[in-house]
Amino acid sequence: MTSHARFLAAVAGALLLAACQSGPATTAAGDTASVDDGTTITMWTRSPTATFSQTLIDAYNASHRNKVKLTVFPADSYQQKVGTAAGARQLPDLLAADVVYAPNYAAKGLFLDVTARVNQLPFKGTLAAAHVKAATFEGKHYAVPHDIDLSALFYNKVLFTRAGLDPAKPPSTMDEVVAAARKVTALGGDVKGYFFGGACPGCQLFTSWPMIWASGGTVLNEQGTAATLDNPQAAQVYALLRRMYTEGLVPASAKNESGPTWTQSFLDGKIGIQPMGATALQGIKEGPDLQVGVAPIPGLKGGSSSFVGGDVLGVGSTSAHAAAAWDFIAWTLTDQAQVDVVAKSKNITVRADLADNTYARQDPRLGVFNRLASQGRTPISVNFGKTFNDTTGPWTATVLDAVFGSGDVGATLKQHNAAVTESLASGS
Amino acid sequence: MVSVVSSRVAAPDTPAPDPRRRGSIARGRRRLGIAYATPMAVLVAVFFVVPLGLMLWMSVNHWPLVGASAPNGVENFAALSDPLFLRAVGFTLKYTAVTTVVLGLVAFGLALLVQHDRPGSGFVRTVFFLPSAVGLASTSLLFYGLFTTDSSALNQVLGFLGLGRVDWLGSGGSALGSTVAMITWRFAGFYMLILMTGLQSIDPELYEAARIDGANRRQILWRVTLPLLRPTLALAMVLSLTGSLLAFDQFFILTGGRHDTATVVIDIYREAFLSQDLGRAAAVSVATLAVLIVLNFAQLRLIRREGR
Repeated sequence: MTSHARFLAAVAGALLLAACQSGPATTAAGDTASVDDGTTITMWTRSPTATFSQTLIDAYNASHRNKVKLTVFPADSYQQKVGTAAGARQLPDLLAADVVYAPNYAAKGLFLDVTARVNQLPFKGTLAAAHVKAATFEGKHYAVPHDIDLSALFYNKVLFTRAGLDPAKPPSTMDEVVAAARKVTALGGDVKGYFFGGACPGCQLFTSWPMIWASGGTVLNEQGTAATLDNPQAAQVYALLRRMYTEGLVPASAKNESGPTWTQSFLDGKIGIQPMGATALQGIKEGPDLQVGVAPIPGLKGGSSSFVGGDVLGVGSTSAHAAAAWDFIAWTLTDQAQVDVVAKSKNITVRADLADNTYARQDPRLGVFNRLASQGRTPISVNFGKTFNDTTGPWTATVLDAVFGSGDVGATLKQHNAAVTESLASGS
Repeated sequence: MVSVVSSRVAAPDTPAPDPRRRGSIARGRRRLGIAYATPMAVLVAVFFVVPLGLMLWMSVNHWPLVGASAPNGVENFAALSDPLFLRAVGFTLKYTAVTTVVLGLVAFGLALLVQHDRPGSGFVRTVFFLPSAVGLASTSLLFYGLFTTDSSALNQVLGFLGLGRVDWLGSGGSALGSTVAMITWRFAGFYMLILMTGLQSIDPELYEAARIDGANRRQILWRVTLPLLRPTLALAMVLSLTGSLLAFDQFFILTGGRHDTATVVIDIYREAFLSQDLGRAAAVSVATLAVLIVLNFAQLRLIRREGR
């Protein structure tokens, strides 16, 4: 072939590639290699996981020749960023994904098939089951658990004491939550009893769905193809949130809190009770204004539940350093990384056999989290992102109307339920 | 926009007079003309015509953001009956109407204020025009801070005046009002300049004649200024309508489409990057482009007719 013809062939190939995208990469499915040869590996994660990932990466980089470089994207634009990069075949070597998106990413071929590599892990059976299930597509493994984040009730013991509440006795029903929030709000100043991210659809589902589950209600059907929000328990939960807001137990700014700063007021010691993610504990600086207690999120009349979220970690399907990337992934799951890095920095281990470690025994809060990890739920749906996390999606309008609207809460949920179902069932 | 660009594309294709009769000078001139036009034609072809063709092709394909694509006829155009899209169309039209009227009135008022060359008028013009130097995304972020932070300067002024707390972005109505206010701040100076040049091109003798005939200020405004300003007003309107129909940054940043403030372009973005379906996004884009072409064509015709 002359150089001219080769050039033409290259151009034609490039055009073909642009005009007709190729399907998921399936190469190296049986490959089990992992290398530590000084490769620089790129990794992407979303902002809420940044601290967690960086802690692991620092420990890995200090003890290995490979170097992992982390890029962090804002949580609400991560999905778009990953989709665009996948279209341009520029995914990073290591791709972390919100566990609720994992089924979609696996189905779309964003992750490299790591079935053979996962099967080689001696502790495969102890990996967080909900995460493994979410990252499995057609019997193949595409990612492993990275961090477990689950929702729990955080409360400020300092404010509890000042308000005459027992800091050792967190509320165990939603009615008790409201009563405690009233007492804390009564302290006055800029202290309020309760907080939620009113304009943040992801925060709202993360913290309010466990209340519905703990009360015996449901949100989605088993397959994740239809919404079941039109139940009396959901109506009571959102009526209760609405009452707390209209009564002034929640700062007015909560209505427009779209996520990035939704834990700030609590961290500043100005909020009595707030349900939020367990990973927040790692970054909390306790002081004279803030002593943190944690408790399970209760239902209306008792019980408890949790939204088990977090991230899975896989190899980008277009990565040229799959073996080096797997070296990092496999290391993050070892006893050493899970106990001396993850548990030590107050996080939940992704391996059930390591849940009872020295650090968890020292901090009773980690004990609460570990218990919740086995009780909580992870809703799975291919259309989760565009239905629930998108600010223009049907769930955002539902929760805004339910919490801040003026119509009957039950009727509002019933009215929106159809739109949510339609979005869940539409083509992927 | 579209028609302006496409008239430029046509330039190199314009048939020249028969070169044999006109001799070698004409042939040389023709070559020179092509040489001048080529760089622009190449740019337009690469960055406009080819993507446009690709978009048309995508709109008749099932084209996920990731994975293989395949032709699927007009299936993607079902996106045009999606309830979210229909609400976005309704909101975009409402926003366009409100913005165009408010912005037009404010800009015209400003233009009347600064049209004459008095001491200091250059300074005032500069002050009014300055917001136009800030990017729209930066403006939106700036106002996002002003609107949502309790301790922002805007909310502090309100507190000082004893007006209490205003929920700037908390409902569909207030979000629309706040955004139009921001857009007016950002663009009024720009449209003021356009209208001002229009005002200054009106022959002063006409005003003089009207005054001699006993016309009062109001009559002069309605009978002299406005009729003669119509081409300029029409131009401002084309720009404002097109810009508002394609609104994206301001709502994406200020509300993220909450409270039913999603615009057509936000819907396109949603289809492409959240539903990860480029085919449906392209279908909506094709429909939007068709509407804009018709609209701009009608408006430009109107300008030409009035210009005479």
